[in-house]
Amino acid sequence: MALLEIRNLSVTFRTRGGLFKAVDGVDIVVEPNEVLAIVGESGSGKSVAMLAVMGLLPWTADVTADAMLFDGQDLQTLKPAERRKIIGKDMSMIFQEPMSSLNPCFTVGFQIGEALKTHLGMDKAQRKVRTLELLDQVGITDPERRLAAFPHQLSGGMSQRVMIAMALSCRPKLLIADEPSTALDVTIQAQILDLLVSLKRETGMALVLITHDMGVVAETAERVIVQYAGRQVEQSATIPLFADPHHPYTHGLLAALPERATSSRLPTIPGMVPGQFNRPAGCLFAPRCAHASAICHTTPPPKAGAAMGEALCWTPLVNGMPVGKGAAA
Amino acid sequence: MLIHFLKRLALTIPTFFALMFITFIAIRLVPGDPVEVRVGERGISPERLAQFRAELGLDQPVWKQFLDYVWGILHGDFGKSLVTNEKVMTEFFTLFPATIELSFAAMMFATIIGIPAGAIAAVKRGSRFDQTLMGLSVAGFSMPIFWWGLLLIMLVAERLHLTPVSGRIDLIKFYFEPVTGFMLIDALLSDQKGAFKDALHHLILPMIVLGTVPLAVIARMTRSSMLEVLSEDYVRTARAKGLSPARVIGLHALRNALIPVVTVIGLSVGSLMAGAVLTETIFSWPGVGKWLIEAIGRRDYPALQGGVMLISAIVILVNLGVDVLYGVINPRIRHGA
Repeated sequence: MALLEIRNLSVTFRTRGGLFKAVDGVDIVVEPNEVLAIVGESGSGKSVAMLAVMGLLPWTADVTADAMLFDGQDLQTLKPAERRKIIGKDMSMIFQEPMSSLNPCFTVGFQIGEALKTHLGMDKAQRKVRTLELLDQVGITDPERRLAAFPHQLSGGMSQRVMIAMALSCRPKLLIADEPSTALDVTIQAQILDLLVSLKRETGMALVLITHDMGVVAETAERVIVQYAGRQVEQSATIPLFADPHHPYTHGLLAALPERATSSRLPTIPGMVPGQFNRPAGCLFAPRCAHASAICHTTPPPKAGAAMGEALCWTPLVNGMPVGKGAAA
Repeated sequence: MLIHFLKRLALTIPTFFALMFITFIAIRLVPGDPVEVRVGERGISPERLAQFRAELGLDQPVWKQFLDYVWGILHGDFGKSLVTNEKVMTEFFTLFPATIELSFAAMMFATIIGIPAGAIAAVKRGSRFDQTLMGLSVAGFSMPIFWWGLLLIMLVAERLHLTPVSGRIDLIKFYFEPVTGFMLIDALLSDQKGAFKDALHHLILPMIVLGTVPLAVIARMTRSSMLEVLSEDYVRTARAKGLSPARVIGLHALRNALIPVVTVIGLSVGSLMAGAVLTETIFSWPGVGKWLIEAIGRRDYPALQGGVMLISAIVILVNLGVDVLYGVINPRIRHGA
């Protein structure tokens, strides 16, 4: 049984300018002990989808889904108090900005211990033992001294380690990491990612890695979901995706990797992700797509089969060239 | 931290000298002097007038009077009241507990209602509660204190008979020697039945009147500070831990939101003293505020100068205290980061 199963998830924000659909019909399945990467550029709705699963979206967001199951429990029908028993315990999340994600008014020890007290009912002595163990596990030296430290006394990498320790405190089955290394120095980035992967191996939890960095995906993920403008455009195991991307957007993302560049100028994807007010009628990627045909601009594309990475495209690519029924048009 | 504190303390010295100078000059710019006020309209022979002036030292040149005054203060001597011939220090500190009692009650009233109200308004932004509270706070902030006081006396005391009109306690029913100077504590110590309740009754209206402006300020400040904090990443982190909304808002968000609010509370001690002058006068509250007003009427130079100096000293010290307290609630200051 899948650990997390989400079918047809949509998130709509009520904004002053009207409704804005940040996530549109996304399916996410996470198996136990797997690393899934969700990739997409800013505004593709990858964080929003996961915040919806965690129940952390503001009240202006409407979340709908055909199914939203975690570990056999239906997240949609759970009462808020019951859902809070899962959040931070069996399913936890770390965020992009570690420095601002820790509360400046409380010590590291207090903030890590809080979940232990809330979910596991540990007393002060037990919390201290477990917190020291966690700090050690995430590679913080001299944990005894760090317990009394305040967040402003920590570096960015150290803060993210504390965030990870906090998220791991109740031995979660699923850890969602929302761009965990983006705000950090390059050398620290690698350390944090290595730490996440090795912790995943140690604890047997599943890891959802939200990122815009295809390099990170290649190094860490077993499976990839590519999102574009709130839609899921492709999903597949990592190796086939890198070998033969089927959606032109995935293809563009991969071609933009410096490691894969064949010319002196790095290829880019022209244009920008459509916003709230300029959503195309047909395929959302059509205005930026090199292979777009007439039908792409008028009618939303169907989902291709699993062999084609479920690519949301009229003319999925094979070896970089469009095929399929729309090809002739 | 200690060095920081001492630096701040040293910085207050010029403030005190400026204060001495201003109070000294300001009262002498007011027409009439203590002798004229005491003599009144009956008239008196010029010889007697000159004699009175000489007794009070008013025949000396002004600069000499000022130097004598500064010299006295540097020796801890604020002089004697021209009216009662009591030491200014003694009079001030006999009356001051009444002012502290009133100000403290008013501040408690303002914080205990203001902080939760502001926090709830922020959480329920745009709701009817929020709009009502913000409307009321503008009204509360803009209202003249004396008008508000009279209004409450008319309505609550006169019409509804819910509270007494003025004073600190019913002197016909209760009498006891002051021990601490705080009526509530003395009433408890006196063992007289009903005395505490009566003192409390007397305190309610002045407390509300004096606490209204700080209440409005605190509620607004808490709300805006809370709104800012609620969108912070660490609030999301707290929610992601599965903590209850009460804990997320009441502990994680409020603790951060209170940092600027504490500053505002500390800085409002000065305006609280100004408000106390008006409130005490309206409610015949025998504190230093009422005493100062009377001193102005009688041109009691030493009492007025000394009183203003002492109040200023206290306000400055409270502000210093707030600085220290600020460090306690804000670890980033404490560690000098």
